[in-house]
Amino acid sequence: MGAASDRATPVVTADRYRAGVLKYAQMGYWEPDYVPTDTDVLAVFRITPQEGVDPEEAAAAVAGESSTATWTVVWTDRLTAAEAYRAKAYRVDPVPGSPGEFFAYIAYDLDLFEPGSIANLTASIIGNVFGFKPLKALRLEDMRLPVAYVKTFDGPPTGIVVERERLDKFGRPLLGATVKPKLGLSGRNYGRVVYEALRGGLDFTKDDENINSQPFMHWRDRFLSCMEAVNRASAATGEVKGHYLNVTGATMEDMYERAEFAKELGSVVVMIDLVIGYTAIQSMSKWARRNDMILHLHRAGHATYTRQKTHGVSFRVISKWMRLAGVDHIHAGTVVGKLEGDPNMVQGFYNILREPRNPVDLKRGLYFEQDWASLRKVMPVASGGIHAGQMHQLLTYLGDDVILQFGGGTIGHPMGIQAGATANRVALEAMVLARNEGHDIWNEGPAILERAARDCLPLKAALDTWGDVTFDYTSTDTPDFVPTATPS
Amino acid sequence: MRITQGAFSFLPDLSDDQISAQIEYCLGQGWALSIEHTDDPHPRNIYWEMFGPPMFDLHDAAGVMTELKEARRTFPGQYIKLNAFDSTRGFETMRLSFIVNRPSREPGFALIREEAAGRAMRYTVRAYAADRPEGERYE
Repeated sequence: MGAASDRATPVVTADRYRAGVLKYAQMGYWEPDYVPTDTDVLAVFRITPQEGVDPEEAAAAVAGESSTATWTVVWTDRLTAAEAYRAKAYRVDPVPGSPGEFFAYIAYDLDLFEPGSIANLTASIIGNVFGFKPLKALRLEDMRLPVAYVKTFDGPPTGIVVERERLDKFGRPLLGATVKPKLGLSGRNYGRVVYEALRGGLDFTKDDENINSQPFMHWRDRFLSCMEAVNRASAATGEVKGHYLNVTGATMEDMYERAEFAKELGSVVVMIDLVIGYTAIQSMSKWARRNDMILHLHRAGHATYTRQKTHGVSFRVISKWMRLAGVDHIHAGTVVGKLEGDPNMVQGFYNILREPRNPVDLKRGLYFEQDWASLRKVMPVASGGIHAGQMHQLLTYLGDDVILQFGGGTIGHPMGIQAGATANRVALEAMVLARNEGHDIWNEGPAILERAARDCLPLKAALDTWGDVTFDYTSTDTPDFVPTATPS
Repeated sequence: MRITQGAFSFLPDLSDDQISAQIEYCLGQGWALSIEHTDDPHPRNIYWEMFGPPMFDLHDAAGVMTELKEARRTFPGQYIKLNAFDSTRGFETMRLSFIVNRPSREPGFALIREEAAGRAMRYTVRAYAADRPEGERYE
């Protein structure tokens, strides 16, 4: 950014388009007086500039590289309404307690994005800019999607309200379990686990992210076995049950074939992995919408870019993209389980997925007001290292509209899988009942579980086995606007 | 067998005091209670018979309990459930639903299989009780 003068304000037109290199700020990507319009797409990035790069110039560079800029002046800008198409960095704040890091707010004109395309949105916002040399690190913290843009997406094919009406299950979190071991079971043995867990009281069972079609179990065999199990359990209990059949495959053609077969067998739900990519997710969402199918998304791969605070994309942004792209379920953290999740951060994700409108809530990492314009709600899934003994904490942190998935906590039960499922269901129903009666479940939780266990031996065994198991590690992805990480 | 539809079917049958406490909770949330009954508890039977319309204007639990007792007197051998309806925008759906009366004997469901091509199976769930005419199913 050598030859140009050091002025941080835009230069006059004739000089602006002289061949050569200008600072990004001088090219018009830094506009501290800019007032975002209601239809602008807004983003806030955490930037860590290299030594000697001032934060405003770094912010301008991010705006430039994620919109119209290239490294040098091009006269062909003058053939366009370039000022409108340039993204504008309009605010830079130091990150509290983190010297060298800054929040850069950037506004993008709506016309920069193809309607209804996550692929196009992300190709701009996280396309080139994350490898940009003048920055040591860059993290996309949050986005504001204007209503005008939200309305170009179909959103979740089913949504929380319709899912509950279809399943005929109201007033409590849903229960699920992932079949374990996740690799190696034959189709027939796999279906056994599904049957036992559903029969014992779970609403759903689930394929794991890496169960597709392997030598030990081809997908058709799994689908047939699982649907036998689902229907047997449904007849045995009088309840609608489901198994998330993972249709993830190498190609769209494979995925459509698998999804069609799941539909033919009468499954209420199919599943995909985040690693299939945004376009494939949107394609499957449209398929699910056409076929009245609940679409479950496993967030496989997300922690490679969501976990570290200084570089990557926050999971709250992924949550927003997935609500737009249109999935019905998404794994969004447990707070108390084995996987990363600060309580405030996780509640921020849940609010994005479930609320009609999100106010600014810095403690939960929500930097913008977001109006979801009646886009359906995504059911968050809490999965990974949770057990019946934590039911009061789970219900307090996560509320009713969530699927609690106890994999090990069901299948590892000392009295068997059905008993494990029953323990979870009894613990859940007892806790919801007590909460509705006005009990302070946060403090009385353990006593409520003990009482419920008097009528339920499987719950007693679960509490004896796992009652004290906790995963107490400090979170990595924590709020910037409270003094310390909140204990989990 | 025991049909486990509804929010509290895995707990021992709720006492009237417990039911009353749940009604209080629902009324406190601004939800309207309604009572439905059926002798066809198929998992996908979403239209149980309404025991009167939803009680939008009834705001005390005792009144709802009176209606519930009336329903039990009229249909002692049927499934009866209490629903709580939320008209808040963005919900406009049931927020809680639980069974408050069930027949003394629940014969359950048969699973009928029809073999189809490619090892696929078509499944039908059929209530044993539904083999008998309406009104004579749980006696």
